[in-house]
Amino acid sequence: MYATRPEARPATVEVFVDGVAVMVPAGASAAAAVLLAGAAAIRETSISGAPRLPYCMMGVCFDCLAEVDGAPNVQACMVAVAPGMRISRQRGARHV
Amino acid sequence: MFDLAIIGAGPAGMAAAVEARALGLSVLVVDEQPAPGGQVFRAVEAAHGDAVLGAEYSAGLGLVESFRRSGATFRPGTTLWHLDPDAGELSLTPGGPAQARRVLLATGAQERPVPIAGWTLPGVMGMGAAQIMLKTAGAVPAGRVVLAGQGPLLWLLAVQLKRAGAAPVLVLETTPKGRLGAAFRAGGWFRGRALLLKGLGLLREARGLAVVRAVTGLRAEGAGRVQRVAWDGGSAACDTLLLHEGVVPATQVPLALGLEHAWDAAQQCWRPVVDDYGAASHDRVAVAGDGAGIGGWQAAVAAGQLAALDAAHRLGRLTAAGLAQRAAPVRRMHAEALALRPFLDALYAPSAAVLAPVDDQVMVCRCEEVTAGQVRAAARLGAQGPNQAKTFLRTGMGACQGRMCGATVARLIAEIRGVAPETVAPLRPRAPYKPLTVGQLAGL
Repeated sequence: MYATRPEARPATVEVFVDGVAVMVPAGASAAAAVLLAGAAAIRETSISGAPRLPYCMMGVCFDCLAEVDGAPNVQACMVAVAPGMRISRQRGARHV
Repeated sequence: MFDLAIIGAGPAGMAAAVEARALGLSVLVVDEQPAPGGQVFRAVEAAHGDAVLGAEYSAGLGLVESFRRSGATFRPGTTLWHLDPDAGELSLTPGGPAQARRVLLATGAQERPVPIAGWTLPGVMGMGAAQIMLKTAGAVPAGRVVLAGQGPLLWLLAVQLKRAGAAPVLVLETTPKGRLGAAFRAGGWFRGRALLLKGLGLLREARGLAVVRAVTGLRAEGAGRVQRVAWDGGSAACDTLLLHEGVVPATQVPLALGLEHAWDAAQQCWRPVVDDYGAASHDRVAVAGDGAGIGGWQAAVAAGQLAALDAAHRLGRLTAAGLAQRAAPVRRMHAEALALRPFLDALYAPSAAVLAPVDDQVMVCRCEEVTAGQVRAAARLGAQGPNQAKTFLRTGMGACQGRMCGATVARLIAEIRGVAPETVAPLRPRAPYKPLTVGQLAGL
């Protein structure tokens, strides 16, 4: 769970994390939006179904794989938020 | 066809681009992030006014502005997924390929993985991750925050969080007793005293924080998320656990290219072999900055400039005399920036338990969910190294392509085989350097 510091970076962009609206600062990543929304998980692993949240935030760990605007397996830490972006939990492997 | 393609717009890549442009080279710079800066100066154009981050961070703005003005072609938000150095062909997504006569890899570092029990629980993150939250979103972890590990970044982050009114409730420092003496004996502290004084300033500012020193047996506990951190002799409730045991070169691309690598005993990691100008074992490829061995951003700036001078010389734009003359002051700056490394490497050497978790239950491969015990069992069955372990366990075959587990798997196998870690060949990554969809591939 993370909190913004409006005095430093006001939250001006509305995105939807698992359908819930959340305001985040411009320049934040989709993964940051998930952390700011206080979501319990950004994905469930394809092996055991365990919940995960982002670990590295710099494109290394791939624990932030999420569905962004309908596209599965997106590295959410590498995508900047855009108004109206929909970020939802990646459940297991993507469906082909 | 560009004269020079630079992968990574951090300090090394930006400094190389500025220098190369000043020498008249055509330059392409590619970076995965939306803006230049690398991890150290991440989002500095947007966040330089945030006093919490400190003066050193804000100073990165000057370098970013020089880079923006340099006339280099900049492709942000772009991933290099294959490189053919013989043909000078870079496969990039999105936006398609590019060609260059010479390639500089300035891909920087990643945090050294810290495989402890419970490190996959939501709420456990790298300290670098928390810093990125600060830089890109101005955000801080809410609730009880515990910092565990060691290194300069631990104290920098502790101070930044304190300034932001989100001070950690506890700092668990893993540096064993007696290391300070070893660090002073390693040398470099007098020549590197400016950096050392900066570190002491951070320690002074961190005063008042609860600190437990010489921590061992670190583990994260909780149901569905981290709720508690425990160590030998203690435990504490926590909502966010931030781990850090230093950084290591991001060797994915250089290893995939088959560049010659050497074992760095001081930093316990592999790094590409480069000459004084950053030139690697392939005659069209150079590596500069932390990707060639951890040295920090000031050393990376110098290394980037040296690699640019060398590129200009190799492309016939700078005479041998001109190269020597221009390189001399940069080389002095490089040596100066690296002066404190022996001290820091000795002080913050990772413990054996960080490199190879003792507890067999610890998950080492986060993607395929493989434990240390499974890797040890595979080693007993004959897996000679991480490349063989793939066929036993799929370690290194998940989404992160071994970035998080490769070094740990190699270390565990070395332990079971009873051989030195440098005798176990590192995981050999393959292209695509990052996962691609079939659709992306078809669209190229």
